[in-house]
Amino acid sequence: MEMPIPDQAVLDNKTKIVALLKEVLPPHAVIHHISETRAYECDALTAYRCPPMIAVLPETTQQVSDVLKICHAHNVPVVPRGSGTSLAGGALPTADSVVLGVAKLNDVLETDYKNRFVRVQSGRTNLSVTGAVQEQGFFYAPDPSSQLACAIAGNIGMNSGGAHCLKYGVTTNNLLGVTIVMMDGEVVEIGGPYMDANGLDLLGVICGSEGQLGVVTEATLRILHKPVSARPVLVAFDENEVAGACVAEIIRAGVLPVAIEFMDRLCIETSENFSDAGYPDANALLIIEVEGAEVEIEEQLEKIINIAQRHNPIEIRQSKSEEESAKIWLGRKSAFGAIGQISDYMCLDGTIPVSKLPYVLRRTAELSEEYGLRVGNVFHAGDGNMHPLILFDANKKGDLERCEAMGAEILRLCVEVGGCLTGEHGVGVEKRNLMFDQYSQEDIEAQLWVKDVFDPKWLLNAAKVFPLAATQTRRAR
Amino acid sequence: MTPATVRELSDTIASANGPLRILGGGTRQALGECCLGAPLGTANLSGITLYEPEALTLVAQAGTPMAELQAVLRSENQQFAFEPMDHRQILGSGGNPTLGGVVACNVSGPRRLSAGACRDSLLGVSLVDGRGNIIKNGGRVMKNVTGYDLVKLMAGSYGTLGVLTELSFRVLPIPEASATLCLHQLSVGQASAVMARAIGSANEISGATYFDHTVHLRIEGLEASVAHRLGVLKDLFHEHEISVETAPDAHAEIWRGIRDVTPLCEKRGNIWRLHIKPSDAPEVMNRLSAAEIRYDSMLDWGGGLIWLCLSRDFDLRKSLEGIAGHASLIRGSGFAAVPPTSNAVARLSAGLRGKFDPRGILNAGILG
Repeated sequence: MEMPIPDQAVLDNKTKIVALLKEVLPPHAVIHHISETRAYECDALTAYRCPPMIAVLPETTQQVSDVLKICHAHNVPVVPRGSGTSLAGGALPTADSVVLGVAKLNDVLETDYKNRFVRVQSGRTNLSVTGAVQEQGFFYAPDPSSQLACAIAGNIGMNSGGAHCLKYGVTTNNLLGVTIVMMDGEVVEIGGPYMDANGLDLLGVICGSEGQLGVVTEATLRILHKPVSARPVLVAFDENEVAGACVAEIIRAGVLPVAIEFMDRLCIETSENFSDAGYPDANALLIIEVEGAEVEIEEQLEKIINIAQRHNPIEIRQSKSEEESAKIWLGRKSAFGAIGQISDYMCLDGTIPVSKLPYVLRRTAELSEEYGLRVGNVFHAGDGNMHPLILFDANKKGDLERCEAMGAEILRLCVEVGGCLTGEHGVGVEKRNLMFDQYSQEDIEAQLWVKDVFDPKWLLNAAKVFPLAATQTRRAR
Repeated sequence: MTPATVRELSDTIASANGPLRILGGGTRQALGECCLGAPLGTANLSGITLYEPEALTLVAQAGTPMAELQAVLRSENQQFAFEPMDHRQILGSGGNPTLGGVVACNVSGPRRLSAGACRDSLLGVSLVDGRGNIIKNGGRVMKNVTGYDLVKLMAGSYGTLGVLTELSFRVLPIPEASATLCLHQLSVGQASAVMARAIGSANEISGATYFDHTVHLRIEGLEASVAHRLGVLKDLFHEHEISVETAPDAHAEIWRGIRDVTPLCEKRGNIWRLHIKPSDAPEVMNRLSAAEIRYDSMLDWGGGLIWLCLSRDFDLRKSLEGIAGHASLIRGSGFAAVPPTSNAVARLSAGLRGKFDPRGILNAGILG
């Protein structure tokens, strides 16, 4: 992975910068020995690694501000980091950077059930936000697969989604306000515990900016009352395309399930071997989950099953108990891990219009043949967010490169049919070179203007999102 | 000037030598600060580009009349979930609202409470910036984190960053059934508590308003589900005086009136729109009562949005000191229409406008 050449002047200045950081942070919060900085050398995109010059773990917004002031004054690149679960290399450091981890900022600052929001520090994990409000029957809706580990800071950086966003939306639809520290150390409040922030929608552009506009230290999040209960139904098919048509018809019928998940044969078989979920022998499988009180669940399932029956299903399995529900989800939830057991894999994240599902699945299978690499498909079918898993052998010379080339072709295919490169993982370093496949020079330039305004020195996570060549002159100034 | 193509629009803007005033259907021209310039109309950029009901996606040009879009959506039993208000009645304006105007002003109605604002349904934008560059962002799919989200930035930017040319939306099915539970004879304090309790339950309230001493709670969805939740809510609020409206026409009429703030339209005075934390609504009303002025009000979004009609000399913003939120003057005079922002937000916003419209010719001054 090509990264900018480290700034020698910054590297030469390390001793001084460490000393300055220790003036504003507790000594243990400044990590600068190579034996320790290595812990920050990568995120969940582990194929690429580079230990940072320094890592810091501030405990307050003021400390974040102090750190950024120092880095700003000495032109030190800063890489913000939540929990390091990015699949796109969003938290991959450069050798001359300070990694600013928000892990110690993990308090709940305010819970307000009357107004249905919770204000948390951004290092708090996604699931523990729900943990803080569930006793009163509430939850925080966006639920990325990594929710046990991933931080709200990273969720905001990547505008994370999850399985249930068909109904509840993604992070940006559930974010009311932030405290953000600008690269020069200024602390700015945007939005708050009311609907629609005042003025231009800066909150909207900050969410999903991959840590390039500022460091978010606090967030006001919308919470909702939990549904009475939820229940999945599993429908198995002979053909991928029929499953795709079934999804389209369910959506068309005006039923809006909370989740529609799709798995193909490779994923079904692998998960089954791994988890014993009891999945049927089928080429395609849908897990459709609905929510509500008993009568509401039954009403929705009846409609869904009526539609499914028109598509020659091999099997329709309605959950009759909590255990059966858990079992239906078990295979889906262990799909990634199960594939990981049998092979190295690369997980893609393109989104396509739902109507193009059959075509894209067919083309993906053709590409799999062409490249001689197996592909498993498991994804959020309701919103067209695909997750093709390309299997490869990291120890085999050239396999990773072939896998990346094939991945790029699949993502271009997603764009070609009217979709996009990434639905919820973000661009990071992984997909930055494909940005011009989706956007024109003018489109990209408009995005770069935003960064110019928020971070004029281009110090914050600057090697991400855009092709390096497109940002070269800006990063060099 | 009403360019017939995006290319023509681009040329028009690039060669403009003075301020331009963007004009869609002209129904919301009174919003924002006074803004002068040569009219630049989008009426000829009209029509649906793509509509895939099974993918819940609609793409249309910015000048397309809302009435046309809503009719097409209705024919497929779908709708814009955010329920955009029609400003004609409250502003006393003519013309036909366009999609571009709805987005430029981020117009949302009562269902914003559950379905999000206009910006939450907006999936993609195309625009021409202040130099004449043709720019697109986002797309037509629901999940898209490719690059920065300029889609949200454009919603509610009042044309100050560019002239919108094409917009793509996530649309939703029209609910099979709906019902409104009315709770009568409530004080604002009681109303606030009732609405908080209802919205904070598992009953998926899609509208919660208060005016004429009455709380209206709307529930929508499949038939059995609506009947079930109506029962739950009736039990929950059994100690109150309750009535229920389920007749489709009457029901639609109630919410159209709420959406368009009909209860305040005929009143004389300044019309304000106030965004606050819902539970602050009673305190706001207390302060207005303490000020001993005549006022009319309508609470929406469970109290998070308050429409007020106040005498023309009353400084609402001053009276709200210490209450988080912001107040816009929608109709009337004597005060800035657009609420002030913090210095940092103002600086960042000015910076963005400087990039997208360096000559400052697009709707100059409309946001203050």
